[in-house]
Amino acid sequence: MFRLPQLTIKNKSNTSLKGRFKNLMAQIYKTRYLQLLALPGLIYFAVFQYVPMYGVLMAFQNYKIRDGIWGSKWVWFDQFLKFFKHPYFWRLIRNTVLINVYQLIFVFPIPIIFALLLNEIRNRHYKRIVQTVSYLPHFISMPAIIGMMVMMLSPNGGMVNNIIKALGGEPIYFLTEPGWFRPLYILSDIWTSTGWSAIIYIAALSGVNQELYESATIDGAKRWQRMIHISVPAISPTIIIMLLLSIGKLLSLGAEKVLLLQTPLTYETSEVISTFVYQRGLVYSEYSFSTAVSVFNSVINIILLYIANSVTRRITETSLW
Amino acid sequence: MVEDRSLSSKILDIIVHTTMIFMLVATLYPVLNVLASSLSSSAANDAGIVSIYPIGLTFDNYRMVFEAGKVPKAFTNSVIYTVVGTAVNLLLTSSFAYALSRKHLALRKLYMTIAIIPMYFSGGLIPTFLLVKNLGLYDSMWALILPGAISITNFIIMRTFFQGIPAELEESASLDGANDFVILFKIIIPLSKAVFFTIGLYYAVGHWNSWFSAMVYFKDSSKYPLQMILREMIIAANSMKDAATSEDFNTAADIINLNVKGLKYATLFISMFPMLMIYPFIQKHFMKGVMMGSLKG
Repeated sequence: MFRLPQLTIKNKSNTSLKGRFKNLMAQIYKTRYLQLLALPGLIYFAVFQYVPMYGVLMAFQNYKIRDGIWGSKWVWFDQFLKFFKHPYFWRLIRNTVLINVYQLIFVFPIPIIFALLLNEIRNRHYKRIVQTVSYLPHFISMPAIIGMMVMMLSPNGGMVNNIIKALGGEPIYFLTEPGWFRPLYILSDIWTSTGWSAIIYIAALSGVNQELYESATIDGAKRWQRMIHISVPAISPTIIIMLLLSIGKLLSLGAEKVLLLQTPLTYETSEVISTFVYQRGLVYSEYSFSTAVSVFNSVINIILLYIANSVTRRITETSLW
Repeated sequence: MVEDRSLSSKILDIIVHTTMIFMLVATLYPVLNVLASSLSSSAANDAGIVSIYPIGLTFDNYRMVFEAGKVPKAFTNSVIYTVVGTAVNLLLTSSFAYALSRKHLALRKLYMTIAIIPMYFSGGLIPTFLLVKNLGLYDSMWALILPGAISITNFIIMRTFFQGIPAELEESASLDGANDFVILFKIIIPLSKAVFFTIGLYYAVGHWNSWFSAMVYFKDSSKYPLQMILREMIIAANSMKDAATSEDFNTAADIINLNVKGLKYATLFISMFPMLMIYPFIQKHFMKGVMMGSLKG
């Protein structure tokens, strides 16, 4: 990931451990003001990132707040087994994976198409207006987005149900109908993320050498031929990377949006691993159990991401040449 | 470039423009509808006939929202959390990024590793919650601010920027006897106004729009930010699961919950308005930020 310049500690004569330590201390003293500037950040990472990592140990315990990590009883994998045997285990896995799969099928291609079509606009002014508007939903909070949906879909005077009624249909209770949860989640995802996700493809397209298009035109290529033979290949490495990364995220789905959009009547389709962790951990205070669930989830995520990453590396290496 | 005037090119143009117009309408309609409804009479709202222009123009909804209920307090809370939170973010992120951008910093590689590992492993919800509780930050503003004080992506963007500042500038200053603090304040910060502005706005957007931490860490609902009120008013009121938490609604909020859609629309618009005003000004930096964040990070 990061190629950092090697830290050079100049040890002229002293190669012993003690000498090296002395040298290091001298280096630290020499950069004492910078060390002081780095200190608050280091404290932040230690306290708010590394202490919770240590807290993950409670997944292997029967954690009691009173006893802390040191005093609580170790039960090793009992919490994990409890989760595997949980009646909702498969439902949680299914719901989490299905939303991700639907995102892959329905949400993923749209920013690509949008970026390709936007690239065909000549008028700069028009292009900028469209782009600016496309970013807008990214800056609206999740409660506001779901709030707008609730108002629009309301069976009492909501726009969508008004249209259904006008066409002679029965009003639909979208938010309490389990069958509607996934479509609503996916549709609002498209609304929220299209413009923002397209940025990376637009950036890749703006890097294409314009001479390629010009010489293709001289050779008699039509505009759509240029799009398919120049623009699409130009962004396909980016597409492949993004695709594999989203495959690596098949079992991770944040709780925030789901918590806002779900109702107890839709748990059948809407309860996912992260909301289960939230419910069990913070509503019912089953700290060890919910931490075990989230550890299980992270382990699967890391494995999937690792696989996706190594596949990406192989493919992008070949596609570079 | 030679224009392609073939039929296929025209068809492509039609597809492009239709898509773009659809995109513009689909994106703007819901927002304009919220604005128009918030300015419409309650009769028009109940009938559900408002589209993108107000019917029975009135400012009563805004007046009522700002006079009663929880919105004024929540609005102030959101402003405070956003301002204080962003200040803490910038202070911690910039000093850490500056220190780690200097090549002569001893232990630099170790510090960088410390900063990168949390991108891959994190304690997760429950251990962080218990930590916040143990530190005595539960039900305090700092629970919203400190756990996310440094965003790793923003830290990387800032560090990359600082690394681009030519070393000669500092060398000449340090020959004149300036220490690293003087260099930071007299040379680096004046050169980095743009990056401070951009990163500051990124953080501010995050604070303004955040609600989950408030739900997890606040017991006292008078501390709620605006986004939480929005959730209570529209979403929780719509679902039964929050029947328990809705008991502590005050009466004014209850009235708002029970009817008057106009008030909900007004609150919705108030919650979106500041960000909609800000974002066009930072958008030229998006490209850079997204590229750095997603490819390098």
